[in-house]
Formats: sequence, C-alpha cells, structure tokens
Amino acid sequence: MTGAALIILALGLPLLAAPLIWIVGNRPNRREAVTLTIAAALLLVVLAILPLVLAGLPVRVALGAPVPGLNIAFSVEPLGMIFACVASFLWIVNSVFSIGYMRGNNEPRQTRFYVCFAIAIAASIGLAFAENLFTLFVCYEALTLSTYPLVTHHKNAEARQAGRTYLGILLGSSVGLLLPAIIATWVLTGSVTFTTGGIMAGKVGPVIGGILLLLYLYGIGKAALMPMHRWLPAAMVAPTPVSALLHAVAVVKAGVFTVVKVTVYIFGLDYLRELAMADVALYLAGFTILTASIIALRQDNLKRRLAYSTVSQLSYVIMAALILSPLSTMGAALHIAVHAFGKITLFMAAGAIYTAAHKTKVSELAGIGRRMPWTMGAFAIGAISMIGLPPAAGFISKWYMLLGAFEAEQFFAVVVIVLSTLLNAAYFLPIIYAAFLKPQTDGGSSHGHGEAPLPILLALVATAAGTVLLFLFPGSALELAGLLVGR
Amino acid sequence: MSGLIGDLLAHLPALQVVVPLAAAPLCLLAGRAGLAWIIAFTAAVAATATAAALAYLTFHNGTISYHMGGWAPPWGIEYVVDTANALILLLVSAIATVVLAFCPASVAREIRPGSQHLFYCMFILCLTGLLGIAVTGDAFNVFVFLEISSLSSYALIAMGGHRKALTAAFQYLIMGTIGATFFLIGVGLLYMMTGTLNMADLQARIPAIQDSRPVAAAMAFITVGLALKAALFPLHLWLPNAYASAPSAVSAFIAATATKVSLYVLLRFTFTIFGANFAFLNLPLHWVLLVLAVIAMFAGSFSAIFQRDVKRMLAYSSIAQIGYITLAISLASSAGISAALIHIFNHGLMKAALFCAMGCIFYRIGSTRIEHFAGLGRQMPWTMTAIVAAGLSLLGVPLTAGFISKWYLVQAALQADLWWLVILIAASSLLALVYVWRLVEAMYFKAPPAGREDVGEAPLSMLLPTLLLAGLNIYFGLDTRLPVAMAESAAALLLRGQM
Repeated sequence: MTGAALIILALGLPLLAAPLIWIVGNRPNRREAVTLTIAAALLLVVLAILPLVLAGLPVRVALGAPVPGLNIAFSVEPLGMIFACVASFLWIVNSVFSIGYMRGNNEPRQTRFYVCFAIAIAASIGLAFAENLFTLFVCYEALTLSTYPLVTHHKNAEARQAGRTYLGILLGSSVGLLLPAIIATWVLTGSVTFTTGGIMAGKVGPVIGGILLLLYLYGIGKAALMPMHRWLPAAMVAPTPVSALLHAVAVVKAGVFTVVKVTVYIFGLDYLRELAMADVALYLAGFTILTASIIALRQDNLKRRLAYSTVSQLSYVIMAALILSPLSTMGAALHIAVHAFGKITLFMAAGAIYTAAHKTKVSELAGIGRRMPWTMGAFAIGAISMIGLPPAAGFISKWYMLLGAFEAEQFFAVVVIVLSTLLNAAYFLPIIYAAFLKPQTDGGSSHGHGEAPLPILLALVATAAGTVLLFLFPGSALELAGLLVGR
Repeated sequence: MSGLIGDLLAHLPALQVVVPLAAAPLCLLAGRAGLAWIIAFTAAVAATATAAALAYLTFHNGTISYHMGGWAPPWGIEYVVDTANALILLLVSAIATVVLAFCPASVAREIRPGSQHLFYCMFILCLTGLLGIAVTGDAFNVFVFLEISSLSSYALIAMGGHRKALTAAFQYLIMGTIGATFFLIGVGLLYMMTGTLNMADLQARIPAIQDSRPVAAAMAFITVGLALKAALFPLHLWLPNAYASAPSAVSAFIAATATKVSLYVLLRFTFTIFGANFAFLNLPLHWVLLVLAVIAMFAGSFSAIFQRDVKRMLAYSSIAQIGYITLAISLASSAGISAALIHIFNHGLMKAALFCAMGCIFYRIGSTRIEHFAGLGRQMPWTMTAIVAAGLSLLGVPLTAGFISKWYLVQAALQADLWWLVILIAASSLLALVYVWRLVEAMYFKAPPAGREDVGEAPLSMLLPTLLLAGLNIYFGLDTRLPVAMAESAAALLLRGQM
C-alpha cells in the first residue's frame, strides 16, 4: 500500500470508529469490540508506515486548500512517527483500561465517552502527521474541542468549572497567541510548511523572532508552560482514563510535540542559537520544571500530584528542545514517548486504586501495596521512570538531555535537571515507601478490597512492561530520534 | 429558443428587482397565507437563480451595465453589476430563499392568522429593496430602494408578538429615517455640485471639485447616514431591540442581510464614487472608521456577554461583527476590502443559522431567554448542533467560514503593519468565546426545569433550513473558492487605479 493511502487509513480509522461506536452504543460488548478492533487496526497501519519513514521515503498526502497556499496536508517525519506510534499503541492499552474502569465505577454516558475518545485520537494522529502549521492548528483545535466533553464528563458544577478553565486557557492561548504567531509567520516568510532547517533564517529579524518564539511557547497552551498550566490540574476532574490517555499522552504530548516541531522545523536550531530570547525561554522552562515539582510535593490528592508532575515533565521537553544541541533534541523527542509510558502507568495505577479502594489521597495509601501488589509494582516502575533511573526508560531521555546540555555548555539546564531529579524522588518515593512498608492505617478491616478488575491490571502491567522494554530495547525510538536531527 | 434565453440573460439585472417587486402585490392579492407563501418563495427562488447567473456572468465576462427602459445613462437609470454587488445579490437572495423555506411553520406560530399574507408581502418587498440597493448604479435610486427596504422592515419588526416590538419598530423607524435623510442630503449635495446622479458620472466629476466644502460635507452626510443604517457603533442603538423583538424569521433575514447591504453601499460610495484617495488621504476616514470599529468589536462583545435574552445577545454580537467588517474597510487596501466582503458573506451565514435556530427554539418553548435553554441539548439535539456549529464559526475556529474571515482580516492588518490590531482582533474573538460558551453550558449542563413538558425538535420544515445554513458555515470553511474569488475580484475593481 502506498504511503498516502496509509495516512488516509490512519486518519480515517478512528474517525470511522466514532459513528460505529455510536450506532452500537446500546450494546456495550459490541461497542467495546469496535473500539478495540479499530484501535488494533490503527496500530498496524501506523506500524506499516514506520519502515517507510526509517528508509527515508517521503510519505505524504494533500487533501485540499481552503485558502490558496494553505494546504490541508499530511506528511510523516520521524518526530510525528514517534508521537503516532505512542498514541496509537496507548489507545489500545487505554481502551482495555477504560473498559475495566468505566464498568467498574458504573460511569454514565459511556457511549459518548468512547465516541469523543475516538475523535480525539483521530485529531492526535492528524496532528502528528501534519505537514504544515495550518493543518497542525486545525487538528490542535479539534483535539481541544473533542476532549472538552470528556473533561466535563460528570456534568456537575465542578466539571463545568473545570471545563471553563480547560477551554478558556486552551482556546484562549491558541486563538489569542498561537494563531497570530502562525499568521505572522505566514506573512513574514510566505510559508507555514515544516521544513528541515527551519524557515525563519534570513527572513525574520532577531527582535520579531524573539517575540514569535514567546508567542509560540505561550500560545501552545497544551505544553503547559507556566502560567498556562492551570488547565491541567483542573482537568483532573475527568474520569481517570481521560486523565491517563489525554493528560499523560494525547493532549499534553500534542503540546510539547508542537513545541519541538516549531523549534526544529519552523525556527531551525541554527536560527535559534542566534536568538537571545531562546535563552530566556530556556530559563522559563527551567523555572516551570522546578516550580511545578515543588507544588507537586505539597499535593495530597494523588491525581493532582501526578498532574503537577506532568507540568514539570512537559517543560523537560521544552527545555531540552531549547538547549539547541542535536543530542538534547533527541532527548526531547525520546522524552515524549518515555514520559507517555511512565505517566500513563501512574495514572492507571491511580485509577486502579480508586476503583478497588475508592482512595484518592496520598495519605491514605499506607500499606496498600500488600493488597494491590501488581498495581503498586507498576506504579513503582512508572515513578522510577519519572525520576530517571535505570532500568526504566526515563533514564535514556534524561541521559540524552544531559549529554546535550554538556555539549551546548548549558549548565543552567544541567543544574535544573539534577535538582528536579531530587524533587521527583522526593514526591514519588514516599508514596512507594508508604505503600509497601508502612502498616495499614484503617486496620485493613473496614472493607476488604484486593486488586482492581482484570482489564485494569492488564493495561497497567502492559505499560509498566513497556517502560522497562523501552529501556532495554530503545532501537527504533533512538533511530527515529536520530533521523530527526540528521544523525 | 436561444433567442429567448438570450433576451432573458440581457434583462437579468432588471429581473433581479422586478420579479420580487411584482410578487409583493400578488402576495397581498392572494389573501391567504399558503398561496402568498408560494408566490413569495417562487419569487425568492427566481431571484436566487438570477443572482447566481449574474455572479457567473460578471465573474467570467466582466461588469454588466443595464439601461433601464432603454434610456441611455445619465438620463436613464443604469444598473451596474460587477463582482462586488453580485456577491451581495447572491447572499441576500439565497438567505431570503432559505429563510422563506423556514417561514411557514414559524410564521403560523408567531403571526396572527389574518395578517400572514401581509407578512409575506412585506418580506418580499424588503427583499426587493435590498436587491435594488445592491444592483443599481444610480445614487438616488439607492435612496429609493433604501426606503423600500426600510419601510417594509419597520412593518415586519412591528409584527413581532410582544408589545415591545412596537417600540422597537418605532425606534428603528426614527433612527432609520434620520439615516436615510442624511444619505439623501449627501446625495443632494453631490447632485448640486456635479449635476448628475449616475455613479459612473459622479466618479468622473468628483476629482475636479474634490477640494470644495460641499463635497466633503456630502461625504460626511453619506457616511453617517450609512453608518446609522449599518448600525456602526455608536449609531447601533436601534439594532438590539429590533432584532430581539422581531419575529424569528425576520430576525434571521434582516440580521444576515440588511446591515450588510448598507456596508456594501458604504464601500461603493467610498471607493467607487469618492475614491480612496479622497476619502482616506484628504479626509481622515481611516482613523474614524478604525477607532469606531475597534470600539464596536469590544463594546458589542462585552454587551453580548451580559444579555439574558439570546436573541439580544446575538444582536450585540452582530454589532461586534459589523465592527470587524468596518475595520477591514478602514484599512483601504485590496486585502482589507476582500476581507470585508468575505466577512459580509460569512457573517450572513452565521447569523442566519443562529437566528433560525432561535426560531426553532421559540417554536417549541416560546422563549429565547438563556435560563430556558436548560436541558435543550438533550431535547433538541439537532438544533443545538446547528447552534454549536454556527457558534464555532462565530468564534473563528478553523474549518469553519468564520476562520476564513479572521484569516483574511488578520492578514490585511499585518499587511498594513498594524500589529497591535491583530492582538485586538484576537482578544475580541476571545470575548465571543465567552458568550458562545455561556450558551453551550446552558444547553448541555443543566437539567430541564421542572414543570416543562418534554419538548422535541422543531418541525422538519424549520429544522432543515437551519441545518443547511449551519452546514454552509462548515462548507465555506473548507471550499472558499466562491466568496474569496468574488471578493478578490471585487476588491480589485473597487480600487481600480487608486491608491
């Protein structure tokens, strides 16, 4: 099959899933079968594109141009390939998890949930493969709008408030900052196509270039650079599967993915090195990493702690991209995948704890590791990956970031990475310690719960295993990341 | 046979006005609502076909000049159709057709049985006036048609069910008459100075006398008069009451077309007759329009946020959107005029869809107050889908028509090196997010109030036109060839040999 047909399939399958899920909505077993089948098919299609990209063959398709010169076009490059692989693989795992969670908690409106999920995945795939900023922007907004019903799933006052924050910040930043930046790029350079080496060099002066960089960084609200991060903890009111896939993988990764795309293919690393504002942006990202970690330390709600951890980890990617050395850019690309696996494990563990034990607070978790050894074992692996220790994949991306920082002599970045590693350890290790080594506080007799339902466990173990496997066999991921920077 | 078609084609500009004009008395004579509707609808369909043919001809063969009654201009009245007014003609007649398709059920519910045929008579007369304003190449003729459309719309608004409709219509009548009078004074001054009313002649003679005070005064009178009719801030006070109190179908039709036609006339007088050099270099029209437009964008959106009645909210939103169009005009560049015409077209589609949806809701629950929207997301899912689609277009979300408008507007601002304007446009779009989202939350997040019986969708005859209009908002976000090509051609014509 040609590359173009594969792209159309990759976009079309999840879009096709949405109406199919709707049609069989009142028969839960068939509905879930549709989700799983199409998710599996999507993964196969994405994997079929992989060898083409590794071989350096062009894979692209253009669907039309609403405004002359502005194409709706898709073209696969290494970074997008990483994002698409991660999103399509984790859609399967997450669907298994969702089935256990949504049924285990008797959530209402499940059909709508799966429909919106499928649309969000389609938007993520489109974003991953977008050939230019315009197509990317369309998919970016589609992702925001399709996840809004998921965030507000419970439809109560709290969900409505969170939905306002979510939409207000994401749409506000994208319409108010990102879109003007894109149009300015278009007016100044005559192009919005992602091009190797960037399109700004020689066309945009340093002052305007600096302003544009800030507009992009803050306009991409999904990357949660402070103070644009508030939507992320707010969105934690959603059911856990939503937090798991969308706020560990699709939505937030769409944000940092866009940041890396813009730095590599719009600005170009060489152009950014000349830009004083790039250093300022690096400090902003470093500030976000540390501040978010400190806030995470103080959160007792487990999901909120994970949310602030995400804010901090996202800025790792932004900072790594702004170190502007090829090695750190590889680190940024790898961290998109690595953090996705680690963080989805953590969120799913939080969901498992909630489903089995109805506990949401860190302080309630003493001794829970003995009742839920698989869940907390997976949680431990995810946490180790977040901290960046072997044998979890987090080590690899941090390793590349540090190498890059030394290569570019960005010692500020080195200090930030070291400090934040300590902070990560400080907010994750006590949880693991309490879960396995402290005695149970409620005497263990109030309600005897064991592990969460089997689908939840399967999903958890799969992503935890993925985190370890990615450490042991990073081959393809490294190869793609190397292609991104031409190594 | 080909001779007959050839004759027909030659008389298209006249037929554009004559067919609906002839239909108006027929509606009156018909005496019954059903028959009057058939006559009005047939005339609107014919007008749309005529407009489509004219758009095709002007786009491919260039400007058409038609001599009314065979009298050569400047003695006779000349009709001139180029791509600028062909686009307006198409918008006005197509919206009229769709809204008329929407009418029967809505009118049966909102207008007294005895006067329904009068409603159709007034409706088609209003259409005649708006088409006439757009098609004519004669300055005084513009005034005549302006009065036809205005008088019939006063009557239409007064037919609104509530007593407030009468005061709203009266307020509009006073303001509209002042506007028309100002316009007439301006045209009179021009006639005094040049001895002609033909637009092409005026264009040729004004440069020689453009430093004289009466010409400047004429320009001022005409601009203020048209700004009143177009509801440009601060002359917009008549608009919210009029839109909110009018029958649903009238709100949909007038909101989508009436102010747009006035803006077209403003474009025509500013660029074709006075010339951009005179208006923007000799007189400070640039700053006058720009400042008022920016205030309109914010004042309109802010007021919209605080409205309890959704029709009023949409009316205030219109004031903001008129601000966008005026802003684009004030840039006085080819990109700016294109953006203005594109937004005239796209905003017509948005507001027609939204006001039709309001008609559907009023049909079922008898109110358009936001607190009564609770629970409608579940009970009228298709109407709500239309509102969300048109609302997203109003925000300017990509793949909707509204995005295309914003894209061209921002690009025009950047070309004029007005960076700060881009920030203001983005900020006022965010205000639109607030009022559109108030609506979404009211529809989807609240349970229906206790005591209201379970309502369903409006009849298909109302729902389908609403969905069609909402769908067009998406369609013209994807396939922009028609409005963009027409607007760019029109901008080139309007600016020919100037600036």
